[in-house]
This record gives sequence, C-alpha cells and structure tokens, in this order.
Amino acid sequence: MSFLPSILFGFLLFLAIALFVFNCRKIYRNINLGKNIDRSDNKKVRLLKMFRLAFGQSKMLDKPVVGLLHLIVYVAFILINVELIEIIIDGLFGTHRFLAPYLGGFYDFLIGFFEILAFLVVISVLIFWIRRNILNIRRFISNDLKGWPKTDANYILYIELVLMFLFLNMNATDFYLQSSSFSEYYKSYGYFPISQYLVPIYSNFSDISVMYVERTSWWLHIIGILFFLNYLYYSKHLHILLAFPNTYFSNLDKIGKFDNLSSVFNEVKAMLDPSHDPFSTNNNQTEIEKFGASDVFDLNWFQLLNAYTCTECGRCSSECPANETGKLLSPRKIMMKTRDRLEEVGKNIDKNGKFIDDNKSLLNDYISKEELWACTTCNACVDSCPIGIDPLSIILDMRRYLVMEQSAAPSELNNMMNNLENNGAPWPFNQLDRLNWKN
Amino acid sequence: MNVPTLKELKEKGLEPEILFWVGCAGSFDDRAKKITKSFVRLLNKANISYGVLGVEESCTGDPAKRAGNEFLFQMQAVSNIEVLSSYNIKKIVTTCPHCFNTIKNEYPSLGGTYEVLHHTQLLDQLIKDGKIKIEEKLYKGKKITFHDPCYLGRANNEYSAPRSLIDSVKADLKEMKSCKDKALCCGAGGAQMFKESEKGNQEINIKRTKQAVKTNAKIIAAACPFCNTMLSDGIKATHDNSDIKVLDVAEIIDASVSKEL
Repeated sequence: MSFLPSILFGFLLFLAIALFVFNCRKIYRNINLGKNIDRSDNKKVRLLKMFRLAFGQSKMLDKPVVGLLHLIVYVAFILINVELIEIIIDGLFGTHRFLAPYLGGFYDFLIGFFEILAFLVVISVLIFWIRRNILNIRRFISNDLKGWPKTDANYILYIELVLMFLFLNMNATDFYLQSSSFSEYYKSYGYFPISQYLVPIYSNFSDISVMYVERTSWWLHIIGILFFLNYLYYSKHLHILLAFPNTYFSNLDKIGKFDNLSSVFNEVKAMLDPSHDPFSTNNNQTEIEKFGASDVFDLNWFQLLNAYTCTECGRCSSECPANETGKLLSPRKIMMKTRDRLEEVGKNIDKNGKFIDDNKSLLNDYISKEELWACTTCNACVDSCPIGIDPLSIILDMRRYLVMEQSAAPSELNNMMNNLENNGAPWPFNQLDRLNWKN
Repeated sequence: MNVPTLKELKEKGLEPEILFWVGCAGSFDDRAKKITKSFVRLLNKANISYGVLGVEESCTGDPAKRAGNEFLFQMQAVSNIEVLSSYNIKKIVTTCPHCFNTIKNEYPSLGGTYEVLHHTQLLDQLIKDGKIKIEEKLYKGKKITFHDPCYLGRANNEYSAPRSLIDSVKADLKEMKSCKDKALCCGAGGAQMFKESEKGNQEINIKRTKQAVKTNAKIIAAACPFCNTMLSDGIKATHDNSDIKVLDVAEIIDASVSKEL
C-alpha cells in the first residue's frame, strides 16, 4: 500500500503538467493568429533587455516601495520553487526530505532561508491586499478592473498566502514531529526560524494528529502549486512566464518611431513612379492587403503576446493624459480587451476546428472609436510599462483601419488631412505663402 | 529679415551646411512665427551656413500618420525626400519636435537619411562652442519651468539640451512634479491639435498648465510650437491677466544674446 501515494502523486503531477501544456499550446496558437513581424535581430541586445527588465525588474523599481515588495515576492517565488525539486522527488519515490542528507548544513540554511522569504512574502502580499482593497489607489479602483479582473487579482494574493501558510505549517509540524514518537521518519533536518513559532499551536495535539496535519499540509501545498500553475492561463498572473519572451521580443527602436507600412509604401511608389506598370506580373502576386487593424488577426503576434502578458497593473493608464482627464481611453483596457477578443476567437477555433465568422470584431465590439480618437500618441503608456508592452501600436493600427479602410476619421481630422493634401500644411494656407513669416 | 532659401543658394552655386526645416506651425501660426524669427536671428548671429526650403517645404506628414493616414504620410514623406535629395541635404535642424522625430526616425526607411537636430540641441552646441554669447542679466535668478515635448523627450530621449539652455541664462529652473520621461503631454499630439477632444472631466492642456503654474515660475518654457499654443491657451483659460508667459527656449536665448559679437 505504501506505493499508493506515489502513484497518486505521479498521476496528479502528470495531469497538472498535461493540462498546463495543453493550455500553453492554445496560447501559442492564438498568438500565432497574428501577422508576422521580424524580431529575430539583435539577439544580444534583446537578451540584455530581457535580463534587465524581466529578471532584473529594473523598471518595477521606478516605484521603489511597491517595486521592492514585488521583487521580494518574485525572488521568493523563484527560490522557494527550488524546494519543489525535493517535493517532487519525495512525492514520486515516497522519500521524506530526500536532499537533506546530501546537502547537510547547507540544507538547513536553505530551509531557513526559504522560511524567511516565505515570511516576507506574507508581509508583502498583505500590503498588496491592503493597497488593492482598502487604500483608494486610482489605478486599482479604476473601472477597468470591475468584475473578474479585481477578483482575479485578489485570488492571486489569497493563493499566495495559502501556499506560504501551508509551506510554513508543513515545516512547523515537521519540526514538531522530529522530537516526537515519529522521529524515526521525521529526522532532524532543517532550520526553522519562522515556523518554529507555529509549533505551540500543536502543543495539545497527539503525535499522530500532528502527523496528519503535516501530511495534509504537504499534499495541499503541492496540489496548491499545481493548481496555481494551471490558474495562470485564466489570469493576469500569466506575466510571470510571458514577461520573459515579451521583453525579449519588445521594440528596440526609439519609441517615437512608428512603423512605415510596407503595403502602403508599395502603393505610394506605384503612384509616384511614372514608369510603373500596373499590369506587370509582380503586382498581381498577392491580393491587396488590408490596411490597419479591425480585429486580432490584423495585429502582429507581438501585439497579441502583449495582450497575454499584460498584468493589468495600470501604470500605463495612470500616466495616460487622456485617461487622467477623464476620457474613456485606457491603455490598460486596450490590452485587456485585445486579450478578451483573442480568447473569444480561440474558443471559436476550439469549437469549430477553424475560425467561423462570428460577426464580431475587436473594433466596435470591444474597443470603441471614442477610445481610439482620444489618444495623443504621447507614448507615456509605452514608456511606463515595466515589461515592454506597446498599447499605442494597437491604437495606431486601429486608427489606420478607420481612416484608410473606412474613411471614418472625425470630420475635423478630415479637414486637416484635406488641407495637408492640397496645401502641404494642416491648415488652409497657401503653400506659396510659406515664407511670408520673414516679412 | 535675411533668410536664404536653398533655391537662391543653389543658383549661386552654394550648398549650406544645414537646412532649417521651419515646419507648418513655424511658417503659418502667428505665435510660432515669432519663434521661427528668434531662431533665425540666432542662426544669423552665430554665422551659421544655413538655408530654408521656403515654398518648397511641405508638411512632414506627422499629423496624418498619427491620425492613421499612413498613405498621406508616405506621399508627403516621399515627395519631401525627393526635394531634400535634389539639394543634397545632409543635416537638418527644426524648431518642431514633431518634424524632428518624423524626419529623424521615420524618413530613413523611406529613403531619406539625415543628421537631424532639434533647435535646442543646435543652440546648446553653439553656446558651448562660444558661437553664441549669453548675457546673463535678463533671466538671472528668474524662475522658469520647462515643459518637455513628448516627441523630443520620451520619444527621443532628449532632456538635457533644453535644460542646459535654461541654465545658460542662469535662470532658476523649477521642475514640475511630472517631468522628463514622466512629463504630461500638452494634449496636442497625435493630431489632437486639429480636433475637439473627447468627452472627459478636464482638458489636458489645462491640467498641464496647472502643473506648470504650481511651480510658481512666471515663465513656462516650451520647445514645441504646439505645446506653446496649448500652454498659452491654458494660461488664458486659467490665469488670464496674470504675468505668466509661455516662451520657447529659443526666444529666451534670443532675448539673452549679447549685442556685440
């Protein structure tokens, strides 16, 4: 019967990883619905940027206090997961603290270190919860987060709290059992600077019930981790993985440089070149490309990766001049809606095998013209994102669709563009008067 | 005012070192024309070999591009590049950060690569080289706040040149709470200049003006003709009859140059 827990553990582990891989493939497929964009250049610069922004969290520290708290949770997350190696070995082979005899004193140090990290995480998460739910911080009480996003953010904090408690409780009961009638199984390994203070809770418990508590904590802890792994796909917490590719593939150019659509360039060349033959063969090779974006298919894969990576922190919207003056536009919401629409398209494909037109689109059904026209293209959102997300590029691509495919610019902008086309200036002045200022 | 055009220069067989790209606002907007003149006075004073395109200049296409009309932008860009090539232009200076950004960053892949300077960068260089000499009396110790244009600052990482110019007149630079990469937009960019804003609880230029006024500076320095308009309107709307002025950095320098050279 002793192998039964091992089989159960192996089954759970397999199930969790399989489900996770299944969802990862969906994300990969959905991101690849986007158009191609070449981000294969400058590998070294990209790696460095990834190390700086994602590993080093350099931009998170722009806000020093929350940046530090986030850093604690992040470092703890990575380091405590080292313990996961041992938990998996123990789970699969029915051992207990498998690594302890091999690592000796270092093992004690590690466990002690993890406990201190876990304690710091508890403190940080509590502060995060207070910031999110009690202090009236604008980016957290914003309408953007009404409903699931707010719940999601709190769930993440609760899950982290529960996991840390289970980890500490597992150690506390282990520590207790090391000097109990079960000391044969619970050898004296580890150093417990934090969880030792939990031991008195169990002073009236029998040894056997403490052992049940220890086993339960151990199992719930690993089940919790596997659950959390699979929760990522449904959550903004996906950023803990996608922040890495997102920063790697992010834009390396000056942020003032907007891309020049090559499809437009071909047309412009054709129009200006008198020797251009509209009937020559290489013009017929592809059908005319759609200008700009009205749906997720028209965006590029990096923009779609951005949508999955967004952590909904709202730094972008709190810097956005339009949002700060009460306009409908919120760059955060642009990212969230893009992800929502992409997920909807993904579900459509899951159901039908391929995408069947659902008479919906990112434009109008998710993002309104009013939002798009409120943008000043000031790049504050782009600059403020700690992980290189570019909401402005989506806004611009959707404006391009409105103007070039639908001629649906606000009438004042049409006037401006008419002037520009006819007089070479956005105002109705004659180009021949351009030097009159010197008189 | 003596302003050589490239056409005149070419007829004389001359090629200037640098093209002064005046821009639409600098050519047509009454307020911005004063900035253009200040800058030209400084170019003349420093004895720079420059020229303007005059009637051959046309909009860079920035407002069209940012409004989503990539087609119109590229038409403008390609024909501008053609004109620039015909005069063999290598170096361009402009008083407008939008022209600056567009020509510097967006023209190269359409076939036009130039060394592009914002006028604050050129003026900073001319002062450092001693080609423009500053008399420090006028603004010495006066509080000046500087509004970073988005397309000079965030977009192109130039924060120091305009500040160095304000330092050069020994003014007391009072930074706004949100400045440099955190500077709030004036509200004109992305073609907003040419349309009414969407429904909200405040105009962006009013918010920015209030931030500027809060520094207690009597001079709000700008480095973009559009920011200048937005902030001037902001002052009119919130502090009419006050002695707060919105000046381009070039005007501050122009008023501070020594009369002798």
